[in-house]
Amino acid sequence: MELADILFYVFAAATLLCGLLVIANPFSRNPVTSAMCLVLTIISMAGLFVLLHAFFLAAVQVLVYAGAVIVLFLFVIMLLDLKAEERRRIRVFGVVTGLVAVGSILGLFLRSLGTTPLNGPATPSIEGDTAALGKLLFSQYVLPFEVVSVLLLVAMIGVILLSKKNLD
Amino acid sequence: MHVGLEHYLTVSFLLFALGLLGVIMRRNLLVIYMSLELMLNAANLAMVAFSRFNDKLDGQVLVFFIITVAAAEVAVGLALIVALYRRRQSAHVEDLTSMNR
Amino acid sequence: MKNELFPWLILFLPLFAAAAITLFTLRNRCVSACLSVGAVVAGFILSVLFIHANGWHPEVTETSPVSWLSIGDLQIDFGLKMDSLSMMMLLIVTGVGGLIHIYSIGYMHDDPGYSRFFACLSLFTFSMLGIVLANNFISMFIFWELVGVSSYLLIGFWFEKPSAGDAAKKAFIVNRLGDFGFLLGILMVWGILGSLNFAVLHDRLGADAGALGTMATIAGLLVFCGAVGKSAQFPLHVWLPDAMEGPTPVSALIHAATMVAAGVYMLCRVFFLLNADALHVIAYIGGFTALLAALIAVQQDDIKRIIAYSTLSQLGYMTMAVGLEGPTPAMFHLTTHAFFKALLFLSAGSVIIGLHHEQDIWKMGNLRKKMPITFWTFLVGALALSGVWPLSGFFSKDSILAQALAQHNYLLFGVGVFIAALTTFYTFRLFFIVFLGKERSETASHAHESPVVMTAPLLILAVFSLIGGVIGIEGIYHHMFAGEPEEAAGFAQSLIAPFTHSPLAASMGILAVIVGFAAAFALYSKAAKDPLPAKLGGLATAMKNRFYFDELYELTVIRLHDFIAAVMDWIDRWLVEGFCIGFVRGGTDLAGRGLRLVQSGNLQFYAFVFVLGVAVLLYVVLK
Repeated sequence: MELADILFYVFAAATLLCGLLVIANPFSRNPVTSAMCLVLTIISMAGLFVLLHAFFLAAVQVLVYAGAVIVLFLFVIMLLDLKAEERRRIRVFGVVTGLVAVGSILGLFLRSLGTTPLNGPATPSIEGDTAALGKLLFSQYVLPFEVVSVLLLVAMIGVILLSKKNLD
Repeated sequence: MHVGLEHYLTVSFLLFALGLLGVIMRRNLLVIYMSLELMLNAANLAMVAFSRFNDKLDGQVLVFFIITVAAAEVAVGLALIVALYRRRQSAHVEDLTSMNR
Repeated sequence: MKNELFPWLILFLPLFAAAAITLFTLRNRCVSACLSVGAVVAGFILSVLFIHANGWHPEVTETSPVSWLSIGDLQIDFGLKMDSLSMMMLLIVTGVGGLIHIYSIGYMHDDPGYSRFFACLSLFTFSMLGIVLANNFISMFIFWELVGVSSYLLIGFWFEKPSAGDAAKKAFIVNRLGDFGFLLGILMVWGILGSLNFAVLHDRLGADAGALGTMATIAGLLVFCGAVGKSAQFPLHVWLPDAMEGPTPVSALIHAATMVAAGVYMLCRVFFLLNADALHVIAYIGGFTALLAALIAVQQDDIKRIIAYSTLSQLGYMTMAVGLEGPTPAMFHLTTHAFFKALLFLSAGSVIIGLHHEQDIWKMGNLRKKMPITFWTFLVGALALSGVWPLSGFFSKDSILAQALAQHNYLLFGVGVFIAALTTFYTFRLFFIVFLGKERSETASHAHESPVVMTAPLLILAVFSLIGGVIGIEGIYHHMFAGEPEEAAGFAQSLIAPFTHSPLAASMGILAVIVGFAAAFALYSKAAKDPLPAKLGGLATAMKNRFYFDELYELTVIRLHDFIAAVMDWIDRWLVEGFCIGFVRGGTDLAGRGLRLVQSGNLQFYAFVFVLGVAVLLYVVLK
């Protein structure tokens, strides 16, 4: 067992555990708790990215997701001043449908995993460092890059418009 | 045992399943939204894993874009939730439906 | 054939008149009457001219046909048949019809539906001429139905009276029953012999007498069904007396002279189709009808009903003659009957108008003084009907009795003689009560003679009733049916011909007349009220109530029909509407309610459905 494998299992366990805590925390139903667990999930995922030699992406993940997106979540939670919701009775319908949905996809996944051959070189050689990624991004994917920047602009405008109070 | 593509894909799938469960089961709007982010992250993981194990960098570029779009989407979505909260004074999914039986 | 255009003109002029009146001149009484009368009189003149040009027995008896219907094997050509049978009928229809048209100008003078009456009369004339001139079964059937429609329109002319509407419906429906059999017979003939044209059928049966095979009797009897309906034989005789609801000229034209004679005419036209068994049945039905009608007539009190039952009886006579293998006597009697029966009806109409629409004979009396022309013409008609020598009725009735003797059918001969006695009896009963004796009511004492436009046709018809027996009508028919002309006889010889040819029939006929007259004179010449019910009791009541035939039909046929209608109503209401339509309605309702459940408004349910959809899709793709 190499170190990489052990680290993989550690990070994977952390991701899944924190993911579980996001959706079903037995101790607290406060949305802030869910947000915190989401941060932990994302950081663990960054670890997994590093293990996959995607260094730039790991950094970006922490910066953007954990740093910006979750913070935005927390801002909104604070703004709306959401209290911990009372325990309403567990809706069986919701649980059942959820399990059915997950079950169906699980079946599909297992089947395809069993049948599809996953080929590839035994020892991967590509390193996802910044320079290589940047070269690819600005040569082959420059159009989507520009489009995404426009998308960001549009999103900004949309957000400003949506959060305006009605001027009556 | 040596970690291969299947392991990463299994982790990705389980994370996706957790996110799906959260979307369908939870009733707080914000928690549903967070579960949605979980699903996106799962997809990101799968992408990077494929990119690594097929010796191509294109997967990582795509993940770059996904993260960007996800960020924009979160911004807009949260603005919507804020506007909705101002209307209905509640962030609970059951209170927000107007097609009552 | 010379003047081939004439038959077409004769046929279609009344139709144009009817159309013109209906479309254009309904408000203009004079023009309507002129159009209608003009069409018929023109038809008569053209007929006379045609006969003058071609003689009674032309070589070619059909106009060139117009191809009308051509489907597969069926080729129907519309042509006009002009042999002596149809030429005589043309003269009768246009001649007697013309006189009745002129009479109607006076009779319907005060009626608000004056123009409509003439339009219907013209339509009827067109239809009747169509029957007479038809050269194949299909066109005859079409005109047959048209005549029924015209009869319906004319019987129900005073439609505000419910009884008139009912009578019209009764006539049409009963006729339809007969026509159903007729149509089956036509189809059978076509199926077996392969053609509908009379000349072609005649030739085919002439070449091979057994061509109709085992179905010959049935085919013949089915074709006879048409005559049973149209000529009101038993058991479809019930419509004719009710048809007296129509105006008297209608009764004269349709129900005495022409339409009811169409059945007998048709039988004579297709005489070659009827085999011995069918003819047997026809003879007995005719005889029975004649007897039945004569008995009923003895106890009727409505002047038109008596004459109507008399018509029924005489039609039975004609049918009996056809059944006794004597189309010549039948057609001869049909012709003379047209004369004197139309005369009787028109005289009755004159009486009715004179007494301001009174029809009960027990309210009339001593009209001899008040209405002399009507009196004398009625007397001529009555004598002709009874068969008094030398009027036309004697010759025609005698020829029928002689035919019965020639066929050695002594039963029908006896029945015929008895009916002759009955005929005389009820005719003179009517005569004595209406015209002689004392006035029986106020209106009778104020009666007055009818105008010239009504009495002139009476006189003309009286002349023909007088001389109709000796002007050679029988000779023409004999030539047509027997194929060779009779020996030409002098006038005096033809007067006493019946006594020389068949003395038994002639003498029995005269005897019957004397007996009937004596009985009528004894009972009715000075009667204040009817003495027969006292003498005959129950039989008289049955006769008066028409032997309860209408009631019998009501109980059986009508009730059955109502029952079937009720069943159909139940099926329609509950099965079709309730069950089938309810099924569809309920099903759609349920489906709608079921599908609505998908639209729950629940966001997470929608998400669940998304996922399921994606799963299915992936499953299909990854297979």
